[in-house]
Amino acid sequence: MVVPESHDTPAVLYIDLHLIHEVTSPQAFDVLRARGLTVHRPDRTVGTMDHSTPTGPRNALGKYAYADTQAESQVNKFAQNCAEFGLEMHALGEKGQGIVHVIGPERGLTQPGKTIVCGDSHTSTHGAFGALAFGIGTTEVGYVLATQCLLQRKPRTMEVRIDGALPRGVTAKDMILAIIRKIGVAGGTGHVIEYTGSAIRNMNMDQRMTVCNMSIEAGARAGMVAPDDVTFAYLHGRHASPKGHAWDEAVNAWRALCSDGDARYDRSISLDASLLEPMVTFGVDPSMGIGISEVVPSHGIPGLQDALAYMGIEPGRPLKGHPIQVAFVGSCTNSRISDIRAAADILKGRRVAEGVRCLVVPGSQQIKQEAESLGLHDVIRAAGAEWREPGCSMCIGMNGDIVPPGQYAISTSNRNFKGRQGPGSRTFLASPEMVAASAVMGVVTDPREVLP
Amino acid sequence: MKKFEKFTAHYAVLNREDIDTDQIIPARFLKVTTRDGLGKHLFSDWRYHADGSDNESFALNCSEHRHAQILVAGANFGCGSSREHAPWALHDFGIRAVLSTSFGDIFANNALKNGVLPIQVSPEFLAHLLGTDGGTMTIDLEAQTVTRDDGISENFKIESFARYRLLHGIDEFEFLMSQSEAIARYEQINGK
Ligand code: SF4
Repeated sequence: MVVPESHDTPAVLYIDLHLIHEVTSPQAFDVLRARGLTVHRPDRTVGTMDHSTPTGPRNALGKYAYADTQAESQVNKFAQNCAEFGLEMHALGEKGQGIVHVIGPERGLTQPGKTIVCGDSHTSTHGAFGALAFGIGTTEVGYVLATQCLLQRKPRTMEVRIDGALPRGVTAKDMILAIIRKIGVAGGTGHVIEYTGSAIRNMNMDQRMTVCNMSIEAGARAGMVAPDDVTFAYLHGRHASPKGHAWDEAVNAWRALCSDGDARYDRSISLDASLLEPMVTFGVDPSMGIGISEVVPSHGIPGLQDALAYMGIEPGRPLKGHPIQVAFVGSCTNSRISDIRAAADILKGRRVAEGVRCLVVPGSQQIKQEAESLGLHDVIRAAGAEWREPGCSMCIGMNGDIVPPGQYAISTSNRNFKGRQGPGSRTFLASPEMVAASAVMGVVTDPREVLP
Repeated sequence: MKKFEKFTAHYAVLNREDIDTDQIIPARFLKVTTRDGLGKHLFSDWRYHADGSDNESFALNCSEHRHAQILVAGANFGCGSSREHAPWALHDFGIRAVLSTSFGDIFANNALKNGVLPIQVSPEFLAHLLGTDGGTMTIDLEAQTVTRDDGISENFKIESFARYRLLHGIDEFEFLMSQSEAIARYEQINGK
């Protein structure tokens, strides 16, 4: 904290790590140029390309097939900006490239206690490491580039406590969908959520990231998990992690970062993980979800009629068995190695159903490599699914990977907003396990019925 | 930066809750590298049919609402992504204020930086407005009041610094730049 907040002015908050990508930064660089400014801390700024990048292979000439010239020029502009201002940037096809919220943790840049921002709402992902991480707009991207600081008021706090063991076939994705269903898409507005309880402590980092990632879908600015030995084990030896003596010092400091045992929150809710089942959404926001054994509700939810009309779904019936045409495994919510493995385990020895297009898009080049060294790409391809280059892909459909109008996609991404995956697309959000199972069956499927 | 002055203007009503930023401006319009001219894409999937023609049943397409400068919308307006393209598109269309009972945090923050006031009103006041088919209202940021043409009025609150800066036309960027000494001191002390 550079200057604490007062009645008249917000706090001036120092930013330890600023992540940037091609979509929300160009206008910020223009402001810097117009004002004749440089980037204050290039050493705390890291860029990657992810949203507008193609996920198909290079052609014979070594060129990528962009969705259109606009996407290509946005990506090129980003490369120019990073070069001009002397910033570390992971370009398309290069080793460190990937979805911004995947590469931060993977490279060890995301560390406990850091303040982390990015022009992207899912920056909440990084809170899984006990960092204070939140999304900002492009104007603020400019502020951070120029001063490494932001103006901030203190947020309210909310505890989401989850105890109990997740049953077999029920995942971190199901847990966060259940939480959002419970508190609503605006339930966390103005708050930072801390996830506590034995179910969180028993999760690995990939799972904690999936939970924190979707905090924004409950309206929360950020989500957090106190760092522990699981966090430290994950970070040990990563590219940007402290080494040698500095590592021991860092771990000692990080251990002090947990909330006090008697910490008070402005709001608290709790959930029993052992009562959860695989979740799937039926509507047009992430709170419109049900357990796989439940039926689509017929009342009691604002906007329900409009949502059901858009989705072409009848109330009072289960979603289980509903036909799908697209299955997508990817996005900053579920594109890490454990997600790819979970999908591959189900696809193994099976075939994607006739008439279904199944895409598996790793979150980063590193994940892609790791998956290929395990032979997972062969399993995925043998099942008739597409194994693609890293990027946001069909989560947002900016790069040309879209769901055609009216078609149903079951997706591991985080948003089922109208048209999110392409104009007229209809999205069911679910875990990688359910998406893979549904791809094989051609209909929304309870993954527990096909688990190896 | 232009000062934000008291104004009276027409308002249009979008009676829906949870209008997310993907509805305000769909992602396919985010491939631009400038911020101008996004008004034509505002609410694109609602305003236009798939063939590009106007959807006449959409509020902002009626002749009387086309020049609305104030938008009244259901709870949780602007939830979803951090895209500043949303307030850019609203502003470019001519919108200077949005009234709702709540806003997505990042949207509200972005809106305040772009001369679009996110005005939080009570559920009763909003219900009253949603029950009308547009009209005229006066927004006074200094007094923090919004008054409908039928005289019904309500107080609202804008974060004190944002209000001060909007009323006086103070650039937030300049303010942050003026903190450079404090920032340098912080970096020195913290070994950053
Ligand atoms: S994967 Fe989707 S949600 Fe995540 S950063 Fe990319 S577009 Fe945003």
